[in-house]
Amino acid sequence: MAQILIDGSVLSASYALIALGITLIFSIMRLLNFAHGELFMIGAFMVYYVYGAWHLPFVLGLLIAALVPALIGACFEKFLFRRVMRVATREENSMLLAVGTAILLDNVALFLFGEEQHGVPETISGVLQIAGGFLPYQRLVVVVMSLALIALLLGFVQFSRPGRAMRALAQDRDAALLMGVDVDRTSMLGFAIGAGLAGLAGGLLVTIQGVNAGIGVDISIKAFIMIMIGGAGVVSGALLGALVLGFAESIGYSALPGSETYLLIFVALVLFLIIRPQGIMGHPWG
Amino acid sequence: MKRAAAVKRRHVLAAAGGLAAVAAGLGRPAIAAMKTFRVGVLGVMSGPDAAWGLHNKFCAIATANMYNAVGGFEIGGEKYGIEVSAMDDQLDPKIAVAGAEKLTQEDGLRYVIGPNVDTTALSIKPVMERNKAIYIPYAFNKTLYTPPAENAILGMIASYEAGPIIYEYLIKTRGIKTIAFLAANEPDPLNQQQAGVAAAEKLGLDVLVKDATYQASATDFFPVVSPIVKKKPDLLVLSGVAPATAPLLIKAARELGYKGLLSTETAQDIKILTEGAGKYAEGFISVGGASTPEIRSAYMESFVKEYAKAAGQWDDEAGTKVYALEMVLHTIAKAGPQAIDDTSVYKAAIDSFTMPNPFLKSASTLQYVGQAYFGQKRQIGVPMVVNEVKDGSFQTLFVGSVA
Repeated sequence: MAQILIDGSVLSASYALIALGITLIFSIMRLLNFAHGELFMIGAFMVYYVYGAWHLPFVLGLLIAALVPALIGACFEKFLFRRVMRVATREENSMLLAVGTAILLDNVALFLFGEEQHGVPETISGVLQIAGGFLPYQRLVVVVMSLALIALLLGFVQFSRPGRAMRALAQDRDAALLMGVDVDRTSMLGFAIGAGLAGLAGGLLVTIQGVNAGIGVDISIKAFIMIMIGGAGVVSGALLGALVLGFAESIGYSALPGSETYLLIFVALVLFLIIRPQGIMGHPWG
Repeated sequence: MKRAAAVKRRHVLAAAGGLAAVAAGLGRPAIAAMKTFRVGVLGVMSGPDAAWGLHNKFCAIATANMYNAVGGFEIGGEKYGIEVSAMDDQLDPKIAVAGAEKLTQEDGLRYVIGPNVDTTALSIKPVMERNKAIYIPYAFNKTLYTPPAENAILGMIASYEAGPIIYEYLIKTRGIKTIAFLAANEPDPLNQQQAGVAAAEKLGLDVLVKDATYQASATDFFPVVSPIVKKKPDLLVLSGVAPATAPLLIKAARELGYKGLLSTETAQDIKILTEGAGKYAEGFISVGGASTPEIRSAYMESFVKEYAKAAGQWDDEAGTKVYALEMVLHTIAKAGPQAIDDTSVYKAAIDSFTMPNPFLKSASTLQYVGQAYFGQKRQIGVPMVVNEVKDGSFQTLFVGSVA
């Protein structure tokens, strides 16, 4: 039981960072960022090169893991999505553009980073034993840093001026515009922060999972599952979705030896969406 | 979440480029004035399993470059330049079929190295038989090699051949009594898991876990491995594990306090293992090729350098793939120049073919085997090199063979 709780907690904390990023972008732009997993992958590669290959400090790697995807996200918003969302008459145009950006990043990553799986040395070694369960210190670091980053983001969104502008935008784009919110700038900032969170998650988790150029799609799918459970565009929903998915995996793999875990997760998700298509916390940002 | 689907979507652009770039014609410089023998390579060269197909490709290129550098390979008293046409099947049976048709039907190639897994190898079987082409899969499905099928030649040791030999060795030398199996939820690893379980039961081992699987897309293996290590098997077999996944599983098992042995019947890459699992990779047992320094011949040393020139770096898993083109060329040389276009001549030469193994330091013979498993000689008789990670590199544990 202790191991299930530990595994569930570690998974939930790391998933929460991923889910928060994608939900932030969705709430502000009403856009499902299909490239979220690819931004995660780029963040992971940044830490791999900075910390793993060039032996520079891990924290510097994390910083770059946040900045590079944030910059990519900002560029995507400014040069691609802003225009398409302005001129497109159908919502699926921006969705298709999002898919296009994911494929673009996948192939750029293949070209730049190659196909091989990479890993980095642990930042801290050793394993903590708690009530018969095992918790490597590296995973503890990931949990603590994830929680700290989540708290930082929530504080930023709740109390800072740009954060309030993002919330206003999420609640009512037209009203925010009438109230003097710089919509373009706030959208770009939101996209950049969401992308940066994905990169940070990748940078943190590369110490546990390693990275290869093919991981993006699977990360995106997990992100989608989480916001479907919790409710797209709702911060508390993203956190709840991460918690549910993390513990569903942990309990499922412990109880079932085979791959029935994900089969059951998908079946449960479909049934759940029939009953509550907006997710558990399915309200606009607030 | 299926990896194949993920790979397919990821490589829409790559596929378009790849199809356009088929028959790249590598290794041309020295062969302009002489006759050319063209060989195809078809395998997974993108996605998490890319290493498998890329190793096939670069091994073929290295062999071709070595012969081209000395003026070509002699067949029937005449020198032939070797040209390699490589194609990425993306682990997708549909793309594999398109690739096989392109290579054998449009380009007229009669010898193809690959594919890497059962699904792609089985999918191209009708194409290869229709076009009377020989292919050398690295897939273990027996129907590929068992009569009436006669065009596929297994390029390596199959897991169901390696498993019993490795387990028996570990019973004798390490005294293992209990065993557990873990595999990705995909056809090849599942087949290997089943074959491993059957072999272990036959050897009298107590199989504690026989059907544990994980999603191919999984990235965090703590929840997957926890229930298995709780049972404390003496040996945990990672059936058919991909090079990208092996270090993550090893690390998870060790961090969860697992003290027993870990092994797989697939070949692995030491760089990926040590980079991903660090110190936890120590003691991991896997099937390797002629790659460990203590068993390499001078020819193999040259091959390693040529491979590194083509691929950027040597890769231990490639050591299992060095034999294919060498065997094809020498069998054709023995059968005569007609075998270049007529594979029935090649097939007739298989049963009696032998050649000295140029890759190993010790004197040994290369031949076709497989009579015991397939009822005909449809397997390259590569030595079964079993490696163990020691001090961050592979060391040969023992060298076995199959009949």
